[in-house]
Amino acid sequence: MNNAKSVKLAKLDEKEDYRDGINLDALANEKIALEVEDLSLYYGDKQALFDINLKIPEKKVTAFIGPSGCGKSTLLRCFNRMNDLVDIAKVSGAIKLHGNNIYAPGVNVADLRRNVGMVFQKPNPFPKSIYENVAYGLRLQGINKRSVLDEVVEWALKGAALWDEVKDRLDDNALGMSGGQQQRLVIARSIAVQPEVLLLDEPASALDPISTLKIEELIHDLKDQYTIVIVTHNMQQAARVSDYTAFMYMGNCVEFDKTDTIFTNPKKKKTEDYITGRYG
Amino acid sequence: MREKFFKSGEHWVWFNAGAIAISLVMVIGLVLMIAAKGLSHFWPAQVGTYQLVLENGEVKTALGEHYDEVTPKGGDEFADKQILLKVGNRDIYGLDFRWIRNNELKSVEYIKDITVIERREWGNFYGTLISINVDGVTYQVNDEAFNQMLEAMLERGVEIHREIKTLEKDDIGSINYELEKLRLEKRKLQLYKEDSPENLAEITAQENQLKNDFEVLQEKLFSLYKQLNRDSLQAKAIEGQLREIQASQIVMIYQPNAMNFFNKIGHYFTKIGEFIFDDPREANTEGGVFPAIFGTVMMVLLMSIMVTPFGVVAAVYLHEYAKQGFVTRLIRIAVNNLAGVPSIVYGVFGLGFFVYFLGGNIDDLFYPEAKPAPTFGTSGLLWASITLALLTLPVVIVSTEEGLSRIPKSIREGSLALGATKIETLWRTVLPMASPAMMTGLILAIARAAGEVAPLMLVGVVKLAPTLPLDFNAPFIHLERKFMHLGFHIYDVGFQSPNVEAARPLVYATALLLVLVIILLNISAIKIRNHLREKYKSLEH
Repeated sequence: MNNAKSVKLAKLDEKEDYRDGINLDALANEKIALEVEDLSLYYGDKQALFDINLKIPEKKVTAFIGPSGCGKSTLLRCFNRMNDLVDIAKVSGAIKLHGNNIYAPGVNVADLRRNVGMVFQKPNPFPKSIYENVAYGLRLQGINKRSVLDEVVEWALKGAALWDEVKDRLDDNALGMSGGQQQRLVIARSIAVQPEVLLLDEPASALDPISTLKIEELIHDLKDQYTIVIVTHNMQQAARVSDYTAFMYMGNCVEFDKTDTIFTNPKKKKTEDYITGRYG
Repeated sequence: MREKFFKSGEHWVWFNAGAIAISLVMVIGLVLMIAAKGLSHFWPAQVGTYQLVLENGEVKTALGEHYDEVTPKGGDEFADKQILLKVGNRDIYGLDFRWIRNNELKSVEYIKDITVIERREWGNFYGTLISINVDGVTYQVNDEAFNQMLEAMLERGVEIHREIKTLEKDDIGSINYELEKLRLEKRKLQLYKEDSPENLAEITAQENQLKNDFEVLQEKLFSLYKQLNRDSLQAKAIEGQLREIQASQIVMIYQPNAMNFFNKIGHYFTKIGEFIFDDPREANTEGGVFPAIFGTVMMVLLMSIMVTPFGVVAAVYLHEYAKQGFVTRLIRIAVNNLAGVPSIVYGVFGLGFFVYFLGGNIDDLFYPEAKPAPTFGTSGLLWASITLALLTLPVVIVSTEEGLSRIPKSIREGSLALGATKIETLWRTVLPMASPAMMTGLILAIARAAGEVAPLMLVGVVKLAPTLPLDFNAPFIHLERKFMHLGFHIYDVGFQSPNVEAARPLVYATALLLVLVIILLNISAIKIRNHLREKYKSLEH
């Protein structure tokens, strides 16, 4: 999408206040993991996110949906400060993880990212053995004891529903696995460091339907232990796996509510249009 | 039909294929020519007895190997042809070679008992054997025991010669080295006014100990020399001059006309072995080139050890840490231009900066006791390697940077998302994945450095180095020493030698060897790279 155009459209819509679409009352019975307060993000002169205010519940699955270029991945990458890698990206506002602003000065970004794991759109295993891929995060923390590593690797691979498939070839190169296996390996790699939050950036978009199904089942299993935020452009998937859904459009969060509510009874016209397939 | 052919672009394919074919033919032709000219040198040639009738009717004989023949342009094939004979016997004729005119040639005979004696001095002797003196007993050539005794004599000569060499080079050499060290130590004590009588006494005691050792060895050496000169051999040149040759002077005796094919093959490989593993003799025109091979390989290895870390670190900073902008662009341009600077300029820089400035200062700081003799303040292996490292630095930087930019962003993000810092990501993931590219840079660096001669002439290569830069005297690697190099050896043997005709085949042989050494070094680097590639083959993003 053309960025200049998006800025222009966002300005045209200024009259419309999106905040009334965000139903944070739906979270009344939830513990809150992440709070987003007035978050704006600029790529150079272009604004990509506009005053986002959101809360992410703990140990639930929250999905971000929206047309491509709407900023859902950008928002997701704010949660573990992945946007720091982009030189021209500037952030204002705050994201609080259990009340602590992760954008406060002096925050250790490496520690933050260990706490907030991330899985990317395309599987990106390291060109190492399956075992070493899962052990990578632990070795970073200086854990090199074989018995500890063995235990955690097995636990993480079981957690990612991959253990039975790979237990006999842990020393094989991870690049020899299928795409779906690779993606589950990447999830195993992420949970091996025991983060609180897992960010999934369109984790199944590069996979075949069966692998997608497996990933979705996995997300379902993982939500007892982790706060999961998933970005997807597949609405059925959002409906299947998530408890809460945020609909984003042109850098704005248009609507947030329980997933059931959003898909059955959207408040906003834009949400309805998107869900019913008028654009996207 | 024709239009279709041109439209399909087929003619370009042919054009390109033709270019490739020409390049291949040239490379293969080059190597084949060098190989043919160089390798044929070691084949034992027939030695002919040439009967000549001179214009004034005088009859003469000449004995030698047919080495070359030339017909002047427009001259008659028969009448004007001249033949170059290798007649040897430099002690008799003054020259190893002789031209004879074809129209004076009456007949050529290959007599079986013509003998070639390869000597340590004066080159080959061509002639016939008369007798040998072994331990005071004389055996004539027709005696039954002659062959057996000759063989025993030669074996003994070679054996004793080897013993002497070991004694002189290794044992006495290391004593000399130790003595020199003690002398310097004493000098140092005097310089720093620490020359208390106790200290000096200790050094003197050590010195005396070494001198005693030296005397024992020297006595041993003298007795060996005496033994060596016990035996001798008498031979006759074709004109009848008699020569007595000490057994110690003989490298090898053979009768090429009496050899069958298999003897010749055996002889051929013996000669090749000698060429590769022996020290040079007679101003580099005889013997082997081992010190030059050793020097070349050692210098290339040292260069690799220096250029790789330096180039990689520079590339990592330039690509990963430096803020991309005008300055980095400028640096890249400078690096690329550095690759185009003529190598002799690097030599001059190396001499001025490394040898005189750095080396001079190192001497001032650490080796004041050796002054005015320079230690590092003169050309040597270390400076040659550093100069070549500088010369090849741009290639390593450029290819490492290329390798770094090929690592997919997703891999870096994957590592960062697990809580790795930037340096951890680099160290654990990015650099290993970029290692094949680093090896590519190193391969290019080796290819360039191993063949470089011009800068080396200024910063460390010599015609003849008495000692290898690696030996058994602590600290084992002597980086300050001068060394020999195959490339310079070619130049020296080919153009600076007193005996150009004899040296010419050696030029080809040495060139072939240099090519082989470079190929070998490259193949090992390529093997390592392919191994790394297999290990870190990355995603196709």
